[in-house]
Amino acid sequence: MVVAQALSSQVDIHALFGGVVPELAARKHLEALYPLTLKVLEEGETSLGDLDCIGVTVKPGLVPSLLVGLSFAKAVAFGKGLPLVGVDHLEAHVFSIFLKEEVAFPFVGLVVSGGHTSLFFVEGYGDMALVGQTRDDAAGEAFDKVAKLLGLGYPGGPVIDRMARKGDPEAVEFPRPMLGKGWDFSFSGLKTAVVQYVREHGEDLKDSRHLAHVVASFQQAVVDVLVDKTVDAARCLEVPRIVVAGGVAANSALRRTMEERAKGEGMEVFFPPLSLCMDNAAMVAFVASYRFARGESHSLDLDVSSRVSYPRIEP
Amino acid sequence: MRFVVRTHSPEETRLLGEILADLAGEGALFALGGDLGAGKTVFIQGVARALGIDEVVTSPTFTLVNEYHGRCPLYHVDLYRMSGPVDVWDLGLEDYLEGRGVVAVEWADKAGELLDLPLVWKLFFSISGKEEREIEVVPPPEVEVSKLKEALTLGGFEVLEWRGF
Repeated sequence: MVVAQALSSQVDIHALFGGVVPELAARKHLEALYPLTLKVLEEGETSLGDLDCIGVTVKPGLVPSLLVGLSFAKAVAFGKGLPLVGVDHLEAHVFSIFLKEEVAFPFVGLVVSGGHTSLFFVEGYGDMALVGQTRDDAAGEAFDKVAKLLGLGYPGGPVIDRMARKGDPEAVEFPRPMLGKGWDFSFSGLKTAVVQYVREHGEDLKDSRHLAHVVASFQQAVVDVLVDKTVDAARCLEVPRIVVAGGVAANSALRRTMEERAKGEGMEVFFPPLSLCMDNAAMVAFVASYRFARGESHSLDLDVSSRVSYPRIEP
Repeated sequence: MRFVVRTHSPEETRLLGEILADLAGEGALFALGGDLGAGKTVFIQGVARALGIDEVVTSPTFTLVNEYHGRCPLYHVDLYRMSGPVDVWDLGLEDYLEGRGVVAVEWADKAGELLDLPLVWKLFFSISGKEEREIEVVPPPEVEVSKLKEALTLGGFEVLEWRGF
């Protein structure tokens, strides 16, 4: 159960530090952490002494940013004599759904965001094997870059989602990269195909209906690849449940298509609420809670890591 | 000193990254600029291959810096989301430049003059056809020209221009 959570949003940080990239404010994150912690404790009507453990993200990510969080967590853990539990950011995304409802094991989990596109086979709490990942760009990155290329603004995900509703997803035939070739993803070629399309048909894009067709067709290509591979992995691994998490899980076409396709296969699909799709601390606390409950904790020499590796299952 | 290479496939762009990284050695800095989808990440996949890294090299646009460990570390940096040199300064790029690792920076133009360092290889990528890319390379002044020429010839590269050597 989430007793209390607080988020220092990108907008807040933008206002605070005048930057556009919140991770860059690593040194300044420290200034935000202490007031945020106090706010959470106050809203939760609790104090540090009442806590069982401190959960903190240690991988994967930008090392300076991770270090700020870990150093703060270590200081609190040491000062209050609390156990420290390091958490994997992607595991936290996979299990974010559990804050809303419990999903039976095993399930296939797709984490899809600006920085990640990874498909997992999940057999138990924290028991994840990687079955597919992007070999170049993440799906959310493709959304942002194509939105910028077409002059639609930032962030690209919501803009494209909205505009695609006015267009025909079959108007332009964009490639479905790597479809039918295992469970790894690739979105760089699709991005390049849109670049080529703009080079060749730049004039036509001044017509907003045509632009909407291009946007809808691009979005459908991304969605088709994500859905096909996820459903195929679930079918081959004989898993009747799919969890979709991460920022791109907010995309309405992805939600609709995944639900339709899964229904046809007799599978259930679970999407966390939008607030839990974005990066948040509640999902990190949840992972820390089940890891701590089974006796896991880390010593104060715990370190961060920019990358993470998982056991791999090939098709 | 500059030269322009035309590649005809992503694999050829990857190969260019591989041979230039071999030539540049440890501690090298590659500053990459140019169009979206012109092959910057693909080039760096070749750099990774030269360093014996067998992990999948993915785009760091959102993660900002991806670290790999091969014969020496590779720091794959992407400044796409930065607004300018002040953001780049905040990223702490100088920490990555101090060691013996290879640093490869995409959208390097966002760094302003921060990357005007003695050992930098500057590359500019442009799309010249469906699969064709033109890559302009400004090597550091210390480059061994005979070795560079030999490597490009061995790789079978189409060199469009060759100036100032």
